[in-house]
Amino acid sequence: MRDGNEATAPGRWNRRGLLAAAAALPAAALLPGCSGERRRRSSGGRITLRFQSLAWQRDSLKANEQLVAEWNAHHPDIQVRYVQGAWATVHDQLLTSFEGGEAPDIIHDASDDLADFAYGGDLADLTALLPARLRQDIPRHSWETATFNGRVYGVPFLQEPRVLIANRAKLRRSGVRLPTPERPWTWEEFAEAARRLTRGSDYGVAWPLKEPVSATLNLALSTGGRLFHRRPDGKVEVRFDAVDQVVPRTIHDQVNVDRSASRTTLGMGGADTLPGFFAGRYAMVPLGFSYRQQIVQQAPEGFDWTVLPAPRGTSTAQGVSPQTLSIAEDCPHKEEAMAFIDFLLRPPNMVRLALGDWLLPTGQEALRDPALRVAKHDWATGTALAGSLRSAPAQSVRGYPEWKDKIATPGLQEYYSGAIGLAALRKRVVRDGNLVLARYQR
Amino acid sequence: MSGTERPAGGRRAEAGRRTGRPGGARRAATRTGQYTALLAYLLFLAFPFLWLVSTAFKPPRELGSLHPTWIPEAPTLENFRLAFEQQPLLAAAGNSLLAAAASALVAIALATPMAYILARYRGRLSRAATGWVVVSQAFPLVLVIIPLFLILKGLHLVDSRTGLIMVYVVWSLPFALWMLTGYVRAVPPELEEAAAVDGAGRVRTLVSVTAPLLAPGIAATALFAFVTAWNEFFFALVLLKSPEKQTLPVVLTHFIGTEGVADLGPLAAAALLATLPSLLVFAVIQRRITGGMLAGAVKS
Repeated sequence: MRDGNEATAPGRWNRRGLLAAAAALPAAALLPGCSGERRRRSSGGRITLRFQSLAWQRDSLKANEQLVAEWNAHHPDIQVRYVQGAWATVHDQLLTSFEGGEAPDIIHDASDDLADFAYGGDLADLTALLPARLRQDIPRHSWETATFNGRVYGVPFLQEPRVLIANRAKLRRSGVRLPTPERPWTWEEFAEAARRLTRGSDYGVAWPLKEPVSATLNLALSTGGRLFHRRPDGKVEVRFDAVDQVVPRTIHDQVNVDRSASRTTLGMGGADTLPGFFAGRYAMVPLGFSYRQQIVQQAPEGFDWTVLPAPRGTSTAQGVSPQTLSIAEDCPHKEEAMAFIDFLLRPPNMVRLALGDWLLPTGQEALRDPALRVAKHDWATGTALAGSLRSAPAQSVRGYPEWKDKIATPGLQEYYSGAIGLAALRKRVVRDGNLVLARYQR
Repeated sequence: MSGTERPAGGRRAEAGRRTGRPGGARRAATRTGQYTALLAYLLFLAFPFLWLVSTAFKPPRELGSLHPTWIPEAPTLENFRLAFEQQPLLAAAGNSLLAAAASALVAIALATPMAYILARYRGRLSRAATGWVVVSQAFPLVLVIIPLFLILKGLHLVDSRTGLIMVYVVWSLPFALWMLTGYVRAVPPELEEAAAVDGAGRVRTLVSVTAPLLAPGIAATALFAFVTAWNEFFFALVLLKSPEKQTLPVVLTHFIGTEGVADLGPLAAAALLATLPSLLVFAVIQRRITGGMLAGAVKS
């Protein structure tokens, strides 16, 4: 009872005391922190660099940690601390780190995530830091994936082509020609093969298109589709020409016209389609090259599968966004950081990283390594595709993430499911898309 | 009561006889329906957990089956071995435990006196404080993270467990305060007055009379603060850089790769281990929580 308490002197004193205690406690909690752990970049003249890696597969983790340990053993004055990051959260985590000036020194990411950080001045320009060996070993088209405004902001080192993972037994039974990297299917042959492989409730192909934009755009490069075109004034505009439409139309028709593609997998991620693939429900699944590891782990005993090259259009080109290593602009030891990157990407080390992640290296010398040219798990098929990988058309476009999420993803999802036609898709992707991009290019 | 009047139960029983469904049978049917609905709801809640348990013990080939089974055909502990081999789960669990327990203790230590003041001394200040507590719950995380990061950086508390615990305390404090204020109001002030009449001083009254009555509420609030910090992901992701300081929710994301592909078996095993401490704490102090929550719920 308030009045009763206030009527006594001890009550008033206690009230003040309680209020003072309540006010003092947060300050008391703050005090230990002020003298707490401080960031130690160097002690005793030794440089410590933080390397944030996104390696996540067992062998890849092991390879990264071993390489860091090897570097540290040979460079007592330049120690590298391995910091584990995660693909799902890397963008937000880097964004706050850059804003707070606490970013890791060496940053592992994908090239399509670099544009905003590069334009924002968060990443160091590596152009003058790159050693000649690295510059020459990685082909120009790979460097393009991490080059913005003529400056290099990341070293592309691992890349993943899209391939068709197929049930070999079904393909043999159907009598279709087995494509090779030298003689891939055309998009028409692929559509015909999918039709022949469709029997009853079993489909010729399952397109996992939960994230339809990058798959569509990267594959459309084979027919000359780019969607994003840079005008002479430097601004980017979206077009949806006939060459851009071949791949989306093929997928749409497979789902909605000849029904050689499963409708249910349109909303799935790649891994979600694997149980159906193992059960023989789908003869082919377009997936990234690294999915082979999941297949090796999860496929039933004796399941006979193979890797086929993606279909070709006017060329075999397809877009990729390689994994990259960058250096933070705030890093005070950029030369040392680049020396570590150079060590990490020496050809034998690049091979170890590629094998660990079931991906392809960008380095030409690493690509020649016999370990990456074996028939087992179709490594050779993937390696043969490396030369046809190009910079994904959209990755240097500012505003692409918003265009992708707000315009292209729902548009393509509706088109593939048959809810809208090609004209409606075109209107959305181009007209609405250009409105989005215009905001970023004022 | 006149001879023509009958109790309500009697009328219902007669109505039941007229319709051929006695009142007891109707009650039983109602109860059966309620239990069925409750069971369905429990199954709905338990489904993800049971599926997690099932997945954690499945070998990779069963994970890739088109017809998954609840009970693994060849149960294995391999996923647990791999989870521990790939990521420092024990250290991460230790970090989570430290952050959750410390932040819960500090939040309770701060919130209890504050809640007492807000509940007992109602005035303009306490109303404003209560209003602020409610408003503070509406701030989205992304709005506060950058300023918070900069403040902590200025205090050299980025990448520091102390910094993370402080953030958790501040984050859980408003709701803890809100909960505890309800519990304090549920303790009749007359009891404290009676103690004062009997000669007990303020401290003695608080310790001997109020505190025991508040204990269930404090336990429930502490549990809330503990579970909030144990499950928290975003602050831990952004604020802690050193691998040896990372908490369990952050380490769990390391099992997920590009395009959402996951190392499903080890991920399920690690996630199952991550849920156990919360379940254990709930199991241990379940009765106290129930009592405390009810007390806080019904008293305005």
